[in-house]
Amino acid sequence: MKQNKLSYKIQQYLMFAGPGTALFLAVVIVPFIYGLYLTLTSWDGVSATKPFVGFKNFVEAFSDGDYWAAMGRTVIYSIIAVVLINIVSFALAFLVTRGIKGQNFFRAGFFVPNLIGGIVLGYVWKFVFNRAFVAIFNSTSLLSTTNGAMFCLIMVSVWQYAGYMMLIYVAGFMSVSKDVEEASRIDGCTSAQAMKNVTIPLMRSSFVQCIFLSITRCFVVYDVNLSLTNGEPFKSSTMAAMHVYNQAFTFKNYGLGQSEAVILFAVCAIVGVTQVLIGKRGEVEA
Amino acid sequence: MTDNAKAARKKKIAHAIMWVVLLILFICFIFPFLLVLINVFKTKGDITADPLALIGAHGFTFNNFPEAIKKMNFLTVFGNSLIVTVSSTLLTIVLSSMTAFVIVRNQRWKLCTLIFSLMIASMVIPFQVLMVPLVSVYGVVLNSRITLILMHVGFSMSMAVFMFHGAIKTNIPLELEEAATIDGCNRWKTYWKVVFPLLKPTIATVGIINAMAYWNDYLLPSLVLKKKDLYTIPIATQAFYGTYSTDIGLIMAALLLAMLPILILYVFLQRYIVEGVTSGAVKG
Repeated sequence: MKQNKLSYKIQQYLMFAGPGTALFLAVVIVPFIYGLYLTLTSWDGVSATKPFVGFKNFVEAFSDGDYWAAMGRTVIYSIIAVVLINIVSFALAFLVTRGIKGQNFFRAGFFVPNLIGGIVLGYVWKFVFNRAFVAIFNSTSLLSTTNGAMFCLIMVSVWQYAGYMMLIYVAGFMSVSKDVEEASRIDGCTSAQAMKNVTIPLMRSSFVQCIFLSITRCFVVYDVNLSLTNGEPFKSSTMAAMHVYNQAFTFKNYGLGQSEAVILFAVCAIVGVTQVLIGKRGEVEA
Repeated sequence: MTDNAKAARKKKIAHAIMWVVLLILFICFIFPFLLVLINVFKTKGDITADPLALIGAHGFTFNNFPEAIKKMNFLTVFGNSLIVTVSSTLLTIVLSSMTAFVIVRNQRWKLCTLIFSLMIASMVIPFQVLMVPLVSVYGVVLNSRITLILMHVGFSMSMAVFMFHGAIKTNIPLELEEAATIDGCNRWKTYWKVVFPLLKPTIATVGIINAMAYWNDYLLPSLVLKKKDLYTIPIATQAFYGTYSTDIGLIMAALLLAMLPILILYVFLQRYIVEGVTSGAVKG
């Protein structure tokens, strides 16, 4: 048959998927592979030659104290933010699925921070921390202290993502059938027990998804970091992504910056894959 | 009192408490926006004196807006954002749905499996790994909207193809296409007349998610667009803040202007946006 001929298939592929595939390869795959090569050079971003230096960049990256400090900070920030994001968003989802009057309005309201980009949100909160909270609590700004800046960053991230994760948990709540819950109540569960032993296990996939999404977003946080704290005070709130950016584009150590980015990618990939594997194990079906 | 009435009363009280809790949380959530809103109509001195007062000592002022619009070049910037977002979104929808179509209908062909696996695997790559090589490879074509649009599309391809892949596989029966072929449609026509119109819900989801991402994106546009008259809203806001950070009245106006377009859109399309984001998140 004509449809099975290879040339016909290729022609069909190029006609439908050609431009899409080409863009994807050009923007994602080619830079990724070229980026791996760049880690082996000491390019300064301007000159035409990219001197080959072998694994020197990785050696340097592993001994770059600032980088690992930023990485450690990112891990701490991510752990705290992810836990808080999920607690807050689960609580919000619980409250807006009880059949309360106006719950759709509340859902829509909690989602609003997600509509606006991190840069603008960061500046809005900078004003809140530097002016409003200073006026309310009559103290110096939290953003000017080292732990305070981290606290602000976590708080803004929780505020920013809670509404989004809430929507996923709401979908989770809706997917748990009322029958199962009622059956457990008839069997003598209190509503807290029904939540803990029936609803939450059935919502496992929502948890996996929210935790995965919040980890991946927190780990490469950049926009809010830039506009809210810009790494200040004294570089104490520079996250890994910002360090990588500065290393490459501000200090023009493209090779070193790229190596540090690749390490960041490796960490992300390991965390992501582990998390999905753990999540998939022990999924429950109703 | 009967048990039923008691239970009903208990439920009512519980609802009332939850409603109050929700209201308090809601006010906390929108507090930063409210603060911007009340301060945007004050003079610089009044904001510094008391950022919490509803009306400043010198009364209402609208002067912050015209000045911020002029200094931020807001109309140009808004137009730039609009062009980039709309064209990137349309292109993403068209190209990714066509790609997904071919991949779904040639599942046993190695090339399709390879491309699809590459796309899925590439979703774990953070942008930070790609930005340096991207600037280095495409350094000569920077400072152009078309470059930014094509890059946006390329980055969204994997996620969008993944979503259309699921939709075509589960919702579009092969018989429908066969019927169209018998009626004399070629593949191209079959796709546009039969398959594409049936993908509407997924088109909406992919469109909304990507449009929001493009509109708010900062890092990629800031690397690609270095010329001032090409700036999009996020870059312009950042540049504006850097220049006028002491003139807090102007900053308030600029921030409000940056948020306003999408908030207005949200008022009208709220249901679709919430639904689109939910189905996108749950499927992705």
